[in-house]
Amino acid sequence: MATSVRATSDGTPRSSGNAPLSQHGGDPGPPAAGWRVRLFRLDTKASPYVYIAPFFLCFAAFGLFPLIYTGWLSFHEVQLGTHATWVGARNYTELWDNTFFWNALRNTFTLGVISTVPQLLMALGLAHLLNYRMRARGFFRVAILAPYATSIAAATLVFVQIFNPDYGMINQLLGHFGAGHVQWSTSKWPAQIAISAIVTWRWTGYNALIYLAAMQAVPADLYEAAALDGASRWRQFISVTIPSIRPTIFFTIIVSTIGATQLFGEPLMFGGSIGYTGGSAHQYETLSLYMYDKGWQVGELGQASAVAWVMLLILLLIGAVQLLVTRANRRNQGG
Amino acid sequence: MAELTQSIPSTGPRHSGAPRTPSRRRLRATGAGRQQSAGPVAYILLIIATLLSLFPLYWTVVAASRTDTELITPPTPLLPGTHLVDNLKIVWDEVDMTKALVNSTIVASCVALSTVLFATLAGFAFAKLRFRGRNALLTVVVTTMTIPPQLTVIPLYQIVSNIGWVGHIQSVILPSLVAAFGVFFMRQFLSEALPVELVEAARVDGAHSLRIIWHVVFPIARPAMAVLGMLVFVQSWNDFFWPFIALNQQNPTVQVALQGLGSGDHTINHAVVVCGALVATVPLLLVFAVLGKQIVGGITAGAVKS
Repeated sequence: MATSVRATSDGTPRSSGNAPLSQHGGDPGPPAAGWRVRLFRLDTKASPYVYIAPFFLCFAAFGLFPLIYTGWLSFHEVQLGTHATWVGARNYTELWDNTFFWNALRNTFTLGVISTVPQLLMALGLAHLLNYRMRARGFFRVAILAPYATSIAAATLVFVQIFNPDYGMINQLLGHFGAGHVQWSTSKWPAQIAISAIVTWRWTGYNALIYLAAMQAVPADLYEAAALDGASRWRQFISVTIPSIRPTIFFTIIVSTIGATQLFGEPLMFGGSIGYTGGSAHQYETLSLYMYDKGWQVGELGQASAVAWVMLLILLLIGAVQLLVTRANRRNQGG
Repeated sequence: MAELTQSIPSTGPRHSGAPRTPSRRRLRATGAGRQQSAGPVAYILLIIATLLSLFPLYWTVVAASRTDTELITPPTPLLPGTHLVDNLKIVWDEVDMTKALVNSTIVASCVALSTVLFATLAGFAFAKLRFRGRNALLTVVVTTMTIPPQLTVIPLYQIVSNIGWVGHIQSVILPSLVAAFGVFFMRQFLSEALPVELVEAARVDGAHSLRIIWHVVFPIARPAMAVLGMLVFVQSWNDFFWPFIALNQQNPTVQVALQGLGSGDHTINHAVVVCGALVATVPLLLVFAVLGKQIVGGITAGAVKS
């Protein structure tokens, strides 16, 4: 009897468990068994929540609460250890009037584009190549993922040497081809390209593996049909592979964009001792760096919070675009 | 970013896969057979990509074993030198690298262990247990992955400094005890790998849920737990933004120590800086050399299991 009750409550715990419970109340079994069954049902009902509780407690304490509190702080003037004074939207209007904020916003955008677009295109190409049957494929996969094992800090310190304008390898290499001396740190675009090279180096292999996994799930009949129609390999890549893994491509775009919005360690350490300002002329200062500068160098936590919430608004915007495109995508595929 | 990236594989194909799901098994089988062999061009391109990926790592070893003068005098050396030990000594003189390595090991181990434990519990609940609000809560989990650390560091820093934890590693461990990515990762694995009959059979036998976790879920989840543990360890070891804010050079993690090394005064010894980068990277490269295939498998696994 007890067993069958357990099985029922287990199979359909979402239906109100009261019916079997009252049924059990009339059970003439020993009281100890009833107590155990009740405990058992409590166990099955409550345990899912117990299992997910650590995540949600941790998120509430270290994610949701600070997120909202940051929003509250963004309407206050506050330094570390002082009481917050309400200043309305002043922190936001000050940002609006601040050229360094717009500069940081522009830099975040341009750095995001030049570190994301080539990265994902190369990852796509690499995934296509890795999808061929070949020797040493395991080696190639591990090798292109190796940069993922390095940290932002370590990778940036090494790339700073490689991109050094005076003695760095890149300028020596360019010199062999007769190209001029590039100021990789003081000129705006070269510096941004150097920083995005770090991002690209660290993440291309990783994204390639994700594309590869998606490509391996593309049905073979599609390729066979395309081949019968006389489509070349390139044609098959464009007309079969890309459309089939479009959702994965789309999600990597979103994820890389989110990552690019937060760019911090690379520009900070690329600048060495003047990294806090994003270069001598703020030429690669990102929103994250700007926020750090406001909060920890200037000490205005309210203004830093406003920068943080601008980042949140940007991410929400990206999320909204994502939603719209996904819907449009689904409609197209459904139709 | 890493946490986010790892969510794609399963989210992506879920959308695309809708019309195809019924014949997934067949597709996978034929998909493996259709692969064309790589031509010479493919090999050449892949070798170039491999060289580009590995060269900066190799050159880290080169620069770390040279003197500052050798490094800044063109042409740049391309073969390892003989000054590795000298440079290592200077690294240890300039920053407390022993403490940094110990701290990073403690932080990454604690974070990996607790994430694996809590993520397996939550992943099991989301994959195999039915409860009110399950889908909505899972959506919340996935959404939290998109919140950047910048939005939480200011209050966290206030709290941490109020209770005097600035410069103490518990301030880095505590906020990372469980990550949404881990929950999602284990959920994806367990919904495929754990037969629901097994859980039900254990229930029918009167096993309470902790026994089920211990005797059914953990044994089946073990390979995924190992992969997740490695991924989280790598992420935690490499984490920069929050440790950089919450810690200082007196009690750093490896990454924070590296930042101190790289942003020192102007008479900086570049070979020593790169040597520090080498020290920070070697432990993870060793992990990769031994377990690279499993890590590759872990990253790509989600894409197939959706």
